[in-house]
Amino acid sequence: MKKIILIPVLFVFLTVTAAFSLPVNEYLLDNGLKVLILEDHKAPTATFQIWYRVGSRDEKSGKTGLSHLLEHMMFKGTKVHGPKTFAQTIQRAGGTDNAFTSRDYTGYFELLASDRITLPIDLEADRMQNLILTRDAVLSERDVVTEERRLRTEDDPQSFVFEEVMAATFKNHPYGWPVIGWMSDLRTLNPDDLVKHYRTYYAPNNAVIIVVGDVDQKQIMEKIRTSFGSIPAGPPIPAITSVEDEQKGERRVYVKKEAELPYIMTAYKVPNLSHEDGFALDVLGSILSDGKSSRLYHALVYDQQIALSVWAGYEGLYKDPFVFLAGATAAQGKKIEDVERALLEEIEKIKKSPPTGQEVQRAKNQVEASFVMQQDSIYMQARTIGTFEMTVGWKFVDTYLEGIRRVTAEDVSRVARKYLVDELKTTGILIPAPKEKGS
Amino acid sequence: MHRVINIITTTFILLLSLAAPVAAAKLAERETLSNGMVVLHTERHSVPMVSIVMAIRTGSIADPSAKAGLAYLTAALLSEGTQKRTSREISEAIEFVGGSLSASAGADYTTVSLTVLKKDIELGLDLLSDIVLHPAFPEEEIMRKKRITLNWLIQQNEEPGAVASIAFSRAIFGAHPYGRQVQGTVETIPAINQQDLVDFHRGYFAPNNAIVSVVGDIGRDELKQLLGRYFSDWKQKEIPEHVLPAIAQNKSSTVLKINKDLTQANIILGHLGIARVDPDYYAVTVMNYILGGGGFASRLMDNIRDNRGLAYDVHTYFTANRYSGSFQAGLQTKNESANTAIAEVIKEMERMRTEQVSDRELEDAKSYLTGSFPLRIDSNSKIAGFNLAVEYYSLGLDYIDRYPAIINAITKEDILRVARKYLDPANYVLVVVGNLQKADLKY
Repeated sequence: MKKIILIPVLFVFLTVTAAFSLPVNEYLLDNGLKVLILEDHKAPTATFQIWYRVGSRDEKSGKTGLSHLLEHMMFKGTKVHGPKTFAQTIQRAGGTDNAFTSRDYTGYFELLASDRITLPIDLEADRMQNLILTRDAVLSERDVVTEERRLRTEDDPQSFVFEEVMAATFKNHPYGWPVIGWMSDLRTLNPDDLVKHYRTYYAPNNAVIIVVGDVDQKQIMEKIRTSFGSIPAGPPIPAITSVEDEQKGERRVYVKKEAELPYIMTAYKVPNLSHEDGFALDVLGSILSDGKSSRLYHALVYDQQIALSVWAGYEGLYKDPFVFLAGATAAQGKKIEDVERALLEEIEKIKKSPPTGQEVQRAKNQVEASFVMQQDSIYMQARTIGTFEMTVGWKFVDTYLEGIRRVTAEDVSRVARKYLVDELKTTGILIPAPKEKGS
Repeated sequence: MHRVINIITTTFILLLSLAAPVAAAKLAERETLSNGMVVLHTERHSVPMVSIVMAIRTGSIADPSAKAGLAYLTAALLSEGTQKRTSREISEAIEFVGGSLSASAGADYTTVSLTVLKKDIELGLDLLSDIVLHPAFPEEEIMRKKRITLNWLIQQNEEPGAVASIAFSRAIFGAHPYGRQVQGTVETIPAINQQDLVDFHRGYFAPNNAIVSVVGDIGRDELKQLLGRYFSDWKQKEIPEHVLPAIAQNKSSTVLKINKDLTQANIILGHLGIARVDPDYYAVTVMNYILGGGGFASRLMDNIRDNRGLAYDVHTYFTANRYSGSFQAGLQTKNESANTAIAEVIKEMERMRTEQVSDRELEDAKSYLTGSFPLRIDSNSKIAGFNLAVEYYSLGLDYIDRYPAIINAITKEDILRVARKYLDPANYVLVVVGNLQKADLKY
């Protein structure tokens, strides 16, 4: 489906970040366009992706949601290729295509049989330069995005809480607003805003092409040079200088909304994965929450039976410091205060005494295995390379696993003591509101 | 987020997971072991891992109506304790090596899935065979799983799409098991006891009722040896027949309105469809691609999303199960637009029945359906699922070679014929979950 918004995918974080040495080849065109190619010949398929270094982090208050709306507009046609032709062209070739927007980046991808993988190259080069943004098309697509926002957030109580928690966590950094944008901002976005955003950020010097699959990199590079080489570099990309102010105490937000079960979500401010503590935070998340043998599941779901589900995870693949998240859905009839207490008890336990050697080893094994298993999918490999490249650099993929291997039980305890504290914490609670009667 | 992506993905999978042909090479080796277990094997050494999916030919179709959820709970409890391992020991063992082992029931069949690194294949098969052959169904674990299932069912009410979908299935399938959620209901789950689970397992879990699909870094000899070690004690037995009630065709439209404090109306409009084994399945697949299954290439997406800006997600699909199926069009739009969107859905269904599709539409649909096959079978997990479906629906291992010809033979007349036969814009079930005051439905 066109236009995915990247909300942190809490449960699979280790799967996504798990990586070690991949035989990636890097090329740089004169206009600043970077190309990363990973040949993988196990099946006759390939993915072509182009990632732009622009996301909601690059927006201004009052104009939130601009990056994501522009992503939708990228499917609306150019001077060369008419409206509605992009997906049809790809699908006619038996392919699928899609796009996603996050806080830090916007990505477009196609998946095809490898004998057709050059098809999207001209199309992507075309829409990097020749997009048409008519007033009618913008207004209509704005309506589509407001429907998307209703679907994802307004009518989804737990997503609504996530949005509130992020807004309270980040007071003066753009990570505080949602990728899809505030509803009132969406209604004001106009063609001029989009044209300006497009001209500023959609240029070869702000983009990275990633190709994974059954390709010959010489041939692909030749085609990429032909299609993209003549596009002039754009002006330098504006730097985002916001640094989140220091927090002085716990923040709490409440959401009263029609819902069945109470829910809690807690965010702790943490550094990104380029900081040495990132590895231990990743292992901490795994020990707390990965699988039925994890601490949180065992305590809250299995033993005490006060939660329907519980999870935690480190969100380290961001340009700027982001969050470690933990949350739980209360079981029916259980108080959210008791669920919160149980969640915090588990966090306190790991601060006081380091996890067992077995627990640390399990987390490391899970990371390593998930990396190997991810190679089953060319799409997942490309997503991993892209996510690293947009945030901490793709070469970090190679050092990531070494970093995980260095983590000791004491490191896990230490980072819990350092970051999972009130001064860095924002908590959101969902209180189910009384329901209207149905007919 | 997951929900929306899943809706779209599901659309394509339903249409196409069985529609994936491959070039002439045989995709899998098939063998029936002496105890009756069918083994499908695709050797792939590119990644040091093995994926195994075992299917048992039973699911919620075997549930008594007062004990709906029985197949689901039986599957869910397989990994919660065996005669020699506790629940915790099972999860510790598989998670320590970074593998996964899970079981779940569907309507037609139950699957047990294992993914492990090549080096852990013995441990994986040991655990898989232990949970399938010797589950203990401990009382304490049954209580836990029932409580979690009840909570999950309650939480479903928070998801407007789930609320609509449950109401829709119940309305079109009535007392047939396809009309119920696989997970049962808050009324039926408490009625299920340990003896029910033991009996269900004893009745249906047998090698002659099982298909094992193995894909990955394992050779034929090694696989044979390991299957011999872990499954040779599994004895054949007689399997009870599934006794299913008849399904009544709707003779008029039914409108179900469910009021909730939502900003969008969640709409499903549809009726009975076809079974997977119906020869019209392929013409229906092409027709549905054009109507609402083909993403941005479909008429409904073009009309309702691209031209009118009324919805983010709009789709149609035929869920084709073994014994029957359903057709549904689904979308979400702000309450105030519900009437317009419903009218457009009905209009597009009607147009499909009255006008021939264009040459271009037909060619595009065919070229997608036949040209996308390499993507449907380019990973171990996709191949494992594909092989299983080919076996379960008796499509034959040459299905992948026959598929392009089947699709390419479909004509505009075929499309019109199946549209008239399988789309009914006059007799449908319409479900709307939303703010009914704002929606002010004309239906």
